[in-house]
Amino acid sequence: MVWINQDRCAIVGVGATDYYVRGQSHPRTINDMVGEAILKACDDAGISVKQIDGFAYYSGAQMGYGDKADTASLMEMLGIPEVKFTAALTSGGGGAAGAVGLATAAIMNEDATHVVTVMALQQYKQRLGTVFGASAPSPENSFLQPSGLVGPGHLMSVLARRHMHLYGTTRDAFAEIVISQRENALNREGAMRRTPLTKEEYFASPMLADPLCRLDFCLETDGAVAWITTSTERARDLKQKPVLIHAAAHGGQREWGRAFAWMGMPDPHFGSSGHKPIGDRLWQQSGLKPADMDVALIYDHFSAMVLMQLEDYGFCEKGEGNDFVLSGAIRYKGGSIPVNTHGGQLSEAYIIGATHTREAVEQLRGVAVNQVDDAEFALVTGGPASLPVSGCILRRA
Amino acid sequence: MSLEYGPAQLLPGDKIAISTDTSTEPFWQMAKEKKLTACQCAKCGHFRMPPTPYCPECQSREMNWPELPGTATVFSFAICTRSPYSGEPLIYVPVVVDLDGAPGARLVSNLVGIDAEKVEIGMKVKVDWNPIQDGWLLPVFRPV
Repeated sequence: MVWINQDRCAIVGVGATDYYVRGQSHPRTINDMVGEAILKACDDAGISVKQIDGFAYYSGAQMGYGDKADTASLMEMLGIPEVKFTAALTSGGGGAAGAVGLATAAIMNEDATHVVTVMALQQYKQRLGTVFGASAPSPENSFLQPSGLVGPGHLMSVLARRHMHLYGTTRDAFAEIVISQRENALNREGAMRRTPLTKEEYFASPMLADPLCRLDFCLETDGAVAWITTSTERARDLKQKPVLIHAAAHGGQREWGRAFAWMGMPDPHFGSSGHKPIGDRLWQQSGLKPADMDVALIYDHFSAMVLMQLEDYGFCEKGEGNDFVLSGAIRYKGGSIPVNTHGGQLSEAYIIGATHTREAVEQLRGVAVNQVDDAEFALVTGGPASLPVSGCILRRA
Repeated sequence: MSLEYGPAQLLPGDKIAISTDTSTEPFWQMAKEKKLTACQCAKCGHFRMPPTPYCPECQSREMNWPELPGTATVFSFAICTRSPYSGEPLIYVPVVVDLDGAPGARLVSNLVGIDAEKVEIGMKVKVDWNPIQDGWLLPVFRPV
């Protein structure tokens, strides 16, 4: 069953601030960075900021994990005259790729005409890496936090361990993910890590939560990214070649639920990314299959979760991610499905998934730094985390 | 590849706080008496953790709090290398365990009394108690 909104909306502009090492965007404010990303996205699209009449956030409109975007404040700050749609996908970075579906809902329901999605992150007061340890334990997380699993990396190492146990997955595969993405960042202007990485250097990296070492953890960065969605019809009159929203889904199953904030997932969900229902829906909505994707922008907060998403989206069978990755399949040069051609969150920057949509747009416009030849379809995914998780397929116009 | 870490340490109880609500309070009150329990539906017998107001299987609000044997099986674990409180080097082993006597119920806890590199998925462990803030006792586990 083809999605009724297939190709009827498009991303027409993207904008981003510089990316900063954690905390170094200070004394800029979060709204300063949000505003810059939105204004640049409008400029890229060739529209006035005053034409924005919709907001489709993810992560509950949180900007990182301590700041929050408020539509009314952004309207005052940027001079947006009227808002006709303002909503957010719930929970956290899991919704990063599904926000285009929310924007599509706003437009196809004829509520809004030009919808902005924005994410910003500033880790000046609170590091994201230890965010769960910094909060007072609620009755719910009193069953988690006392164990000393205080950061997302701690939590996901427990999932990675189970995957290694069940399927024989090795750290060599995690290394390949990190090293291949680093190679993609070498020529990426503005990327945080642009020096080549050897396997020896990877294995010398300190263990933070065995089986994950420091290099398996994504960067901690500051910055903002925004994009503008409108109808495909309107998009034809704008400055850029539109990038069509071909399929989009968010949600997930109870067996995944709160995921590593719960740890109750039965096998095989425990050693997974929780994305299989999203992948199934995207392939059903589009009639496409994994082999039809030209490039994949896979949410890489931790290397091991890239491997599990490749399985859940069906690029390889469940449990075969190790051999798939080690075959060179995800390499930009020579791989069957180039992954995170911008360096991803492991080597470029981490703005809670928003950088992946930016890269997908660049690939489908044909202007990416590591351009995949003749790229027509890009898969973008949100972060394996508490539901919803999400994904979308974007298409060259 | 096997790294050597040495003994898995207990986290300092004086740094650990919990909070409770109506649904979770019985678990912690029994823990104070060194009794390990899990939330069980009084109607259909399904176990759930953490305790919540409704049984996800039959939606009943009736609960039982049976005293469990206190043994468990390691489902997965991590080896962490820095204190969550001071950031100083500290080897500790967060574990996810399947609780004996409560099928489907898990606890996220710590394993102590073993060198971290010797921890294995599937090993049998038994509960012990770590005094934490405000007079509560936190369940931790040791090898059987």
